[in-house]
Amino acid sequence: MTWSATARGAHQPDNTAFTQQRLPAWQPLLSASIALPLFFCAGLAFIGLGLGLFYSSNGIKELEYDYTGNPGTGNCSACALADQDRAPPLRCSCSWYFSLPEFFPGPVYLYYELTNFYQNNRRYSVSRDDTQLSGLPSALRHPANECAPYQRRASGLPVAPCGAIANSLFNDSFSLWHQRQPGGPYVEVPLDRTGIAWWTDCHVKFRNPPLVNGSLALAFQGTAPPPNWPRPVYELSPDPNNTGFINQDFVVWMRTAALPTFRKLYARIRQGNYSTGLPRGAYLVNITYNYPVRAFGGHKLIVFSNISWMGGKNPFLGIAYLVVGSLCILMGFVMLVVYIRYQDQNDEDEDEE
Amino acid sequence: MWRWVRQQLGFDPPHQSDTRTIYIANRFPQNGLYTPQKFIDNRIISSKYTVWNFVPKNLFEQFRRVANFYFLIIFLVQLMIDTPTSPITSGLPLFFVITVTAIKQGYEDWLRHNSDNEVNGAPVYVVRSGGLVKTRSKNIRVGDIVRIAKDEIFPADLVLLSSDRLDGSCHVTTASLDGETNLKTHVAVPETAVLQTVASLDTLIAVIECQQPEADLYRFMGRMIITQQMEEIVRPLGPESLLLRGARLKNTKEIFGVAIYTGMETKMALNYKSKSQKRSAVEKSMNTFLIIYLIILISEAIISTILKYTWQAEEKWDEPWYNQKTEHQRNSSKILRFISDFLAFLVLYNFIIPISLYVTVEMQKFLGSFFIGWDLDLYHEESGQKAQVNTSDLNEELGQVEYVFTDKTGTLTENEMQFRECSINGIKYQEINGRLVSEGPTPDSSEGSLSYLNSLSHLNNLTHLTTSSSFRTSPENESELIKEHDLFFKAVSLCHTVQISNVQTDGIGDGPWQSNFAPSQLEYYASSPDEKALVEAAARIGIVFIGTSEETMEVKTLGKLERYKLLHILEFDSDRRRMSVIVQAPSGEKLLFAKGAESSILPKCVGGEIEKTRIHVDEFALKGLRTLCMAYKQLTSKEYEEIDRRLFEARTALQQREEKLADVFQFIEKDLILLGATAVEDRLQDRVRETIEALRMAGIKVWVLTGDKHETAVSVSLSCGHFHRTMNILELINQKSDGECAEQLRQLARRIKEDHVIQHGLVVDGTSLSLALREHEKLFMEVCRNCSAVLCCRMAPLQKAKVIRLIKISPEKPITLAVGDGANDVSMIQEAHVGIGIMGKEGRQAARNSDYAIARFKFLSKLLFVHGHFYYIRIATLVQYFFYKNVCFITPQFLYQFYCLFSQQTLYDSVYLTLYNICFTSLPILIYSLLEQHIDPHVLQSKPTLYRDISKNRQLSIKTFLYWTILGFSHAFIFFFGSYFLIGKDISLLGNGQMFGNWTFGTLVFTVMVITVTVKMALETHFWTWINHLVTWGSIIFYFIFSLFYGGILWPFLGSQNMYFVFIQLLSSGSAWFAIILMVVMCLFLDIVKKVFDRQLHPTNTEKAQLTETNSGIKCLDSMCCFSEGETACASVGRMLERVVGRCSPTHVSRSWSASDPFYTNDRSILTLSTMDSSTC
Repeated sequence: MTWSATARGAHQPDNTAFTQQRLPAWQPLLSASIALPLFFCAGLAFIGLGLGLFYSSNGIKELEYDYTGNPGTGNCSACALADQDRAPPLRCSCSWYFSLPEFFPGPVYLYYELTNFYQNNRRYSVSRDDTQLSGLPSALRHPANECAPYQRRASGLPVAPCGAIANSLFNDSFSLWHQRQPGGPYVEVPLDRTGIAWWTDCHVKFRNPPLVNGSLALAFQGTAPPPNWPRPVYELSPDPNNTGFINQDFVVWMRTAALPTFRKLYARIRQGNYSTGLPRGAYLVNITYNYPVRAFGGHKLIVFSNISWMGGKNPFLGIAYLVVGSLCILMGFVMLVVYIRYQDQNDEDEDEE
Repeated sequence: MWRWVRQQLGFDPPHQSDTRTIYIANRFPQNGLYTPQKFIDNRIISSKYTVWNFVPKNLFEQFRRVANFYFLIIFLVQLMIDTPTSPITSGLPLFFVITVTAIKQGYEDWLRHNSDNEVNGAPVYVVRSGGLVKTRSKNIRVGDIVRIAKDEIFPADLVLLSSDRLDGSCHVTTASLDGETNLKTHVAVPETAVLQTVASLDTLIAVIECQQPEADLYRFMGRMIITQQMEEIVRPLGPESLLLRGARLKNTKEIFGVAIYTGMETKMALNYKSKSQKRSAVEKSMNTFLIIYLIILISEAIISTILKYTWQAEEKWDEPWYNQKTEHQRNSSKILRFISDFLAFLVLYNFIIPISLYVTVEMQKFLGSFFIGWDLDLYHEESGQKAQVNTSDLNEELGQVEYVFTDKTGTLTENEMQFRECSINGIKYQEINGRLVSEGPTPDSSEGSLSYLNSLSHLNNLTHLTTSSSFRTSPENESELIKEHDLFFKAVSLCHTVQISNVQTDGIGDGPWQSNFAPSQLEYYASSPDEKALVEAAARIGIVFIGTSEETMEVKTLGKLERYKLLHILEFDSDRRRMSVIVQAPSGEKLLFAKGAESSILPKCVGGEIEKTRIHVDEFALKGLRTLCMAYKQLTSKEYEEIDRRLFEARTALQQREEKLADVFQFIEKDLILLGATAVEDRLQDRVRETIEALRMAGIKVWVLTGDKHETAVSVSLSCGHFHRTMNILELINQKSDGECAEQLRQLARRIKEDHVIQHGLVVDGTSLSLALREHEKLFMEVCRNCSAVLCCRMAPLQKAKVIRLIKISPEKPITLAVGDGANDVSMIQEAHVGIGIMGKEGRQAARNSDYAIARFKFLSKLLFVHGHFYYIRIATLVQYFFYKNVCFITPQFLYQFYCLFSQQTLYDSVYLTLYNICFTSLPILIYSLLEQHIDPHVLQSKPTLYRDISKNRQLSIKTFLYWTILGFSHAFIFFFGSYFLIGKDISLLGNGQMFGNWTFGTLVFTVMVITVTVKMALETHFWTWINHLVTWGSIIFYFIFSLFYGGILWPFLGSQNMYFVFIQLLSSGSAWFAIILMVVMCLFLDIVKKVFDRQLHPTNTEKAQLTETNSGIKCLDSMCCFSEGETACASVGRMLERVVGRCSPTHVSRSWSASDPFYTNDRSILTLSTMDSSTC
């Protein structure tokens, strides 16, 4: 209401489709006659897709081995015993012998799997400094507060890379040996340790600080490695393109997993004779056992898997498609029955009227 | 100082004394003892905010809303403690919501500021220091003498000092105040009336004492003490000398007045009050749902907190070697930690309370209400009025109405009075073509008894000649008859407050009371249409009221001018229900003429044909005519002197003036001699019968509440279809005592019980009603509820409101709607859940106080059945959908806590959390809630029964609410566990063997969710205009584009780069695509199955109507091509298809609604229904 006493002129409303709520419109109705064909079509399509996905997943081979070393499970138990406390254990190695009865088609990927390891714990997953990891020199010296208690060492030196994630970097290492002939010598299978992290991660997101006098070590001067690390970050790998913050193992580890059981890619086998797959025969995995997991009831596994276009072996998608497809068809039939009966009833109703 | 502060804050009332003393032109007495009273200036402030206080005041008002306050608290919690999400996630949506609301309110206030400035800055002329000074309206002070020219609006409440007329009178219209379009005469005190120039006014020394400001427009008491030649003259001041701010000067060249109330103390400003907030049923259920969700939220937070601590009891989970706490964390108090954990969970889940619900609902209502004003079907061509929405808060309530209370006069009827019949001295006459023809078996005057009068008066002498020969058959009665008739019509043409305007160009010319046929070009203006009809009728008969000048009324009787000196007017009031005038006839005798309702006149009469007239009055009433009785009395000069003296005393009394006046009136209006009665017809409005019929078919109970006589009301009820002939009409009238009334009620209740086959109608009158309501409310309500039609007559305005309140608080708590057009309906309009004003002839007061104003009663059917239905469906879906989508949103977060040790890890990135409600899912629902039409409006209007489908807030019942909530939960489970199983033992989903992390997992869930929630909206949409297509698919596309953009850049100002390339990696996975499709389909599968089965097995009427309307698939095809191409092309395609399919009856041939297509289909169907109804009855 306004105070001005001017009479409001009454105008005829506009006669447009919008103001008269008469916009042309498509008015679909979800009636059985539409839903029926829809259900049958969708059902058939889903069953078809489901079968395809199921077989494609079934074609994937997976081989896994738990090397945690619980007593009586292979020769890693000795190492496991040494790992009772949290302190970095002594260097210990063990091995896993296995044989492939048939050809393991390639390309083969080597994963390690941890269980009961909560990378998704909030306190853990925020304990990182992306600015530091992007190579900003100022952030290198002044890690973010989220990194605490792995922000600074007792000596006051900033930790690089800071935070709980970096500190708990997985540090077991594996090497694969193949016995070409029974009784013959084991030949090392070349493991490609590159291409295991997202390209954008190790080329854009993670950057080393600018070199000082051409030396990465000098760039990191004035920082300390995380407490659990035996060596500083610039010595993670001898390869200058794979060391420091852009070390691929490190980058892989820094991508925190969604669930407490997770796998991370360790290496790809794609070189030499093994590019098409692993031939039949006896194999040996040499494990450098460093990483303590028994303290929190975790397990360590080593997994060989090949990959289809849709990733690793997971029958879920195929089965789910099959189930939903069948449900659609089932519902379609139920609906058909109801529809026919209802139609009769309807006719009767109309007759009565 | 302190007192000033308190006054500013409104603690101390600024006025202490009962009266204010105003020195005209602020000439204060010289003795110096006087301290002038302080008055406020003439500034009108309707705006709520100033530039300075807008931000704090608006924020304060907004945070008084519970939901906003809740989010503010959450935001503060986030600022204070370490919480999983950054404060931005809840701060930004809150900021958005607050900003949108603030912009809306600021805009509205800006408009108010503009109009305030316009008013306050208007130029006025003030007499100061002996000259006219032009100044601004806001500078007027109390005591200033103001000059107003013709057609100007009074800038303050003024006491009239003088006008350009000698008698000091002026004419005023108060149309903008109370809506009365008649001209009111105001007079100045004779001592000041002569001061017609600025110079002479300068000599005036006078003081006005009057009461402190009060809101009642019609009450004013004061006196003026004029000092002339050292002598004080005291004059009473009443409403007749008070010119109200907002009124307009008419027919008078200029006036001078002294300002007595200014600014916010004017009666106009005191009458301006913000209307009481009405809350709709939907809003109430919305609040209930909010509380339920709040409980869900708190219980989720409590469960999480408890589980977190059970989990943490073991050190290996609480603090494994890879994730150690800081010293600070270890040492903090356990209780504090517990509380902060609880708050953190609260923050994590807080989005389950839909923050943007309120702002969306507000926008939906605000924008949606435009459609009512735009509707051409609600536009009344003749008066050029379109429907008006005063509150948009109640749009959906229009779809929930269970009781309609309607006024009769002006609402059901046109309020266009036509004089029809009269009874003079016990003989009944009918007006036919401007002549009175007697009717009935009156022996003496079988034919044209009054035609002589008539013919004489006519300018046309031919008729005079032809009819004059046939006029008198019984000469012995002639002289008496002439006298009786003469007196009767004299009474009619003298006893009224009609004004005359000879000037056509007045602004008031568009007032509805202009008569079209006025004899000798006279325009009558009257506050009551009855009066005008009567004066016009008298003019046709030959006694023409020419006008009032200087206290004389001029009447032309048979061409001869007669002057009656108007001595007193005893104004009409609704308690007395009569008015009278005292005039001095040219012969010198003093006469009192009285006019009023028969119940108030007949008991006062001592002479005349009382019995016969009473019978005639009842007969008139039976025909649905409005009756008034006329009586007169001769006053001896002694009687008159006494009357004059007592009136003067009463009128000048400062205290209890009303009571004293009422006493005097009582004393004067007695021992009357009855002259006769008049009967005026009030035509029914267009299509009232059909509308009432349709309302009843929609399950709405219609009550008619009227101030009219019982017989009139019943006959109008019958003619407008409110009562049927076959209805058993129960009566509860003329109850005198409590016991009697109770007995009658019990009897009625028994009769209803005995006979429940037949429909019952109940008639109650005002007095019986007040008895029934006093003691026997329950019994009365019981009877009322069992009657299909109720008619309350002889109702006072407050009784109308009381009845509505009673129905409102009855156990079923029905939704009520009141329709009325007059000031007497305002109380009921404000009392009812929805108040509808008819923009009729009794001014705009009802329309202004209503929630919606329409021009005609018949528009009610479209307003309720189409607009109400649509708005209800729209808002109901809107509310449910909001809760649904927020359940979908937050439940996966809750589930994720089970997999991350209840560490409050968020599943989604902060930006997604923030934008989900603002950007990704806001538009489709808003557009849906503006445009959705689940059924064609024509079908809705032609099938009022569909209205029952949404009655009792059905779409928002607990059952549907649970359905939506459970649907939300199940969808959330599908999103979460679908993604969970997809990842399985965390296998790679990429073709290159690389792994996803937790952010990809969350983004997958979020993507599925955005798509599902949007497509779910699409499933609910029945009306797909191009806008719907745009926003629905646009939202999904926007989400993808935004995510690609957001993930494609390392944002320099963000601390964490969690989302870098996550979305792109997700999309590069084939499995993810398949999973997205699967999960979306799975979610909707449930819903589609339920919808289809519901439709097939228990279709609601609405769904059946949809089916017949769209004629299965063919219409669908039609409209599809309608959508893409023209309408004609698709009609032919549709027909062809129909022929091919061959199963469609010809009536189902697709109808294309075009602009020119009127509502005839619907009209016809209602008509046929009503005729069918009446034939079966």
